[in-house]
Amino acid sequence: MANNNRMLIKGNYAIAEAAIDAGCRFYAGYPITPQNEIPEYMSKRMPEVNGVFMQAESELISINLVFGAAVAGARAMTTSSSPGISLMQEGISYMAGCELPGVIVNVMRGGPGLGNISPSQSDYFQAVKPGHGDYRLIVLAPHNTQEMYDFTFEAFDLADKYRNPVMVLTDGLLGQIMESIELKRKKPELLNQKKEWALTGAKGRKGQRIVSLLMDPGALEKHNFHLQEKYDLIRKQEKRYEKFNITDDTEYLIVAFGTVARVSKGTIKLDKDKRIGLFRPITLFPFPYEELKEVAKNVKKIFVFEMNLGQMLDDVKIAIENSEKIEFYGRPGGGVPTSEELLNFILKRI
Amino acid sequence: MKEKIIYKKPDSLTDINFSYCPGCGHSTVHKIIAEIVDELNLREKIIGVAPVGCAVFAYNFWNFDVSEAAHGRTPAVATAIKRVLPDRLVFSYQGDGDLASIGMAEIIHTANRGENITVIFINNTNYGMTGGQLAPTTLLSQKTTTSPYGRDAKNYGYPVKMLELLSPLEGVKYLERVKVTDAASVIKAKNAIKKGFTYQMQNIGFSMIEVLSSCPANWRKEPVEANKLIDEEIVKVFPLGKIKDIK
Amino acid sequence: MRKGKIVINEDRCKGCFICISQCKVKEIEKSNKVNKYGQVVVEFKNLGKCNACTLCAISCPDAAIEVYEIIEEKV
Repeated sequence: MANNNRMLIKGNYAIAEAAIDAGCRFYAGYPITPQNEIPEYMSKRMPEVNGVFMQAESELISINLVFGAAVAGARAMTTSSSPGISLMQEGISYMAGCELPGVIVNVMRGGPGLGNISPSQSDYFQAVKPGHGDYRLIVLAPHNTQEMYDFTFEAFDLADKYRNPVMVLTDGLLGQIMESIELKRKKPELLNQKKEWALTGAKGRKGQRIVSLLMDPGALEKHNFHLQEKYDLIRKQEKRYEKFNITDDTEYLIVAFGTVARVSKGTIKLDKDKRIGLFRPITLFPFPYEELKEVAKNVKKIFVFEMNLGQMLDDVKIAIENSEKIEFYGRPGGGVPTSEELLNFILKRI
Repeated sequence: MKEKIIYKKPDSLTDINFSYCPGCGHSTVHKIIAEIVDELNLREKIIGVAPVGCAVFAYNFWNFDVSEAAHGRTPAVATAIKRVLPDRLVFSYQGDGDLASIGMAEIIHTANRGENITVIFINNTNYGMTGGQLAPTTLLSQKTTTSPYGRDAKNYGYPVKMLELLSPLEGVKYLERVKVTDAASVIKAKNAIKKGFTYQMQNIGFSMIEVLSSCPANWRKEPVEANKLIDEEIVKVFPLGKIKDIK
Repeated sequence: MRKGKIVINEDRCKGCFICISQCKVKEIEKSNKVNKYGQVVVEFKNLGKCNACTLCAISCPDAAIEVYEIIEEKV
């Protein structure tokens, strides 16, 4: 191999390897398809790097192990797929309330209920509008294997920087495909940042607490305002998106994330008249409203494509005041659209 | 004449008064944990995990590191802290609703993995914080706010004996049931908890101490009468003593 | 016989009266005082019978009792 840092790797393994490279030394997971490669890989890799691998006995236990590891100051991760993420919502809310960093990977599958094990994007809502209480997760949506690695790697710094859980929202398709990627093999920026708030034993100081219960009058309201300030800062600093094939001549704009964004790039290549561009939100929270609004200003139509029946669509409607310009096409329940299918939809509606 | 102090509030307790009702067993157990922390010089290396329930405020009363946990998930949180920081002393403190009901999976698997932590289990036969509802540990025929006709086994099942349930698991090394109804039993309880902590420091593995604890307010009894109920009735259902000790 | 005395922290005492039930020499009783939280507190009678046995303090849930041993200095 010419370059030691290149590797042909499956998406799920890329996530696991990125976590190791990012200094994650605590992993807990419970089997669920289509993410099983991650706990399997971690069970082998974690002991090699003196980390902790735990096979949790439920997703409730997974997320609360991650909670505990975060309390003790470790970089910690869990991974699961849609129904398992539903079970984790309680713990994720506690982490957000307690301002604990941690990385949660959701390799989405079809729902609702047990659904099926095909790729899906139907957890957009539970990622960007998560469980009980007024809180947010930073949500990163990769659309290829390189980004599976990169975003998982960066998720740990983001989690530590803001003391907030970060979700990598991907799906069964991106988890399974294999691509050649460039590994970072560099030290994450904030890995050695001291976590003064962590519980490590009260050496030379008073006892500390990690709590989300705030019963004094006004205390919880104050805490929520504090969290909101943090989310505003995240909105200001962490918005990410990709503009693909957008020029002054772009007439039709696709808005899609993850797998569908990747399929949409194929659609754009198929379009002989070169009139179609793609706006791809990379952070689903914070959602790039203003940037989308700007790009959409001069186009004739906006096509929102998702592997669900219209979840990100709500955010696109918030960004674009003239929603008459919006057309939606979605495939629910594990359906994956093809590039031709999306092009045909566009051609029919213009 | 000289005065020599021979008993005082332990240093590991803060000056915040316990939020518990008069005579509550939680208070006594908090106090003896703080005494042990002082005696074994653990204040700078101990990390506690508090439950959801009356003891949710435990972190206000101990002057050492304490984390919150979601209802019943306390052992999972304690497990991860111990795995990340194996040279610290980690304990989870849980009530009967937290441990024996919603957190049943967490406690069983933590015990079965033989996690090297100490669990303090407060059994007061009801959900104290929420107003005295039936718990898995409620005695047969005991009246609670959700068993107004008394617990009957047909509808509610039987009182769960957690120590006896965990005892066959190979990962479990030390189980003892104690009470804190008088000075003598408080001393015994303290010794049991101290033993659990000592075993953890010797890397022996999982231990759990169940404390039969009064809940005078929800039992509608004066504190001394509530303690008498434990001494005379509750010990018949939950027998005191060592259930398991591998040493 | 050993001589002792106790000091009750009235701000911590909740009037559960467990200490009264534990004292073998009947040196503690209910007082007429109510603390700032509205709890009736106990008081030390100081009849000279206290032998600093600490049973009251050990059983006190709220760590409200301090026990002192009184040592008479010999001349």
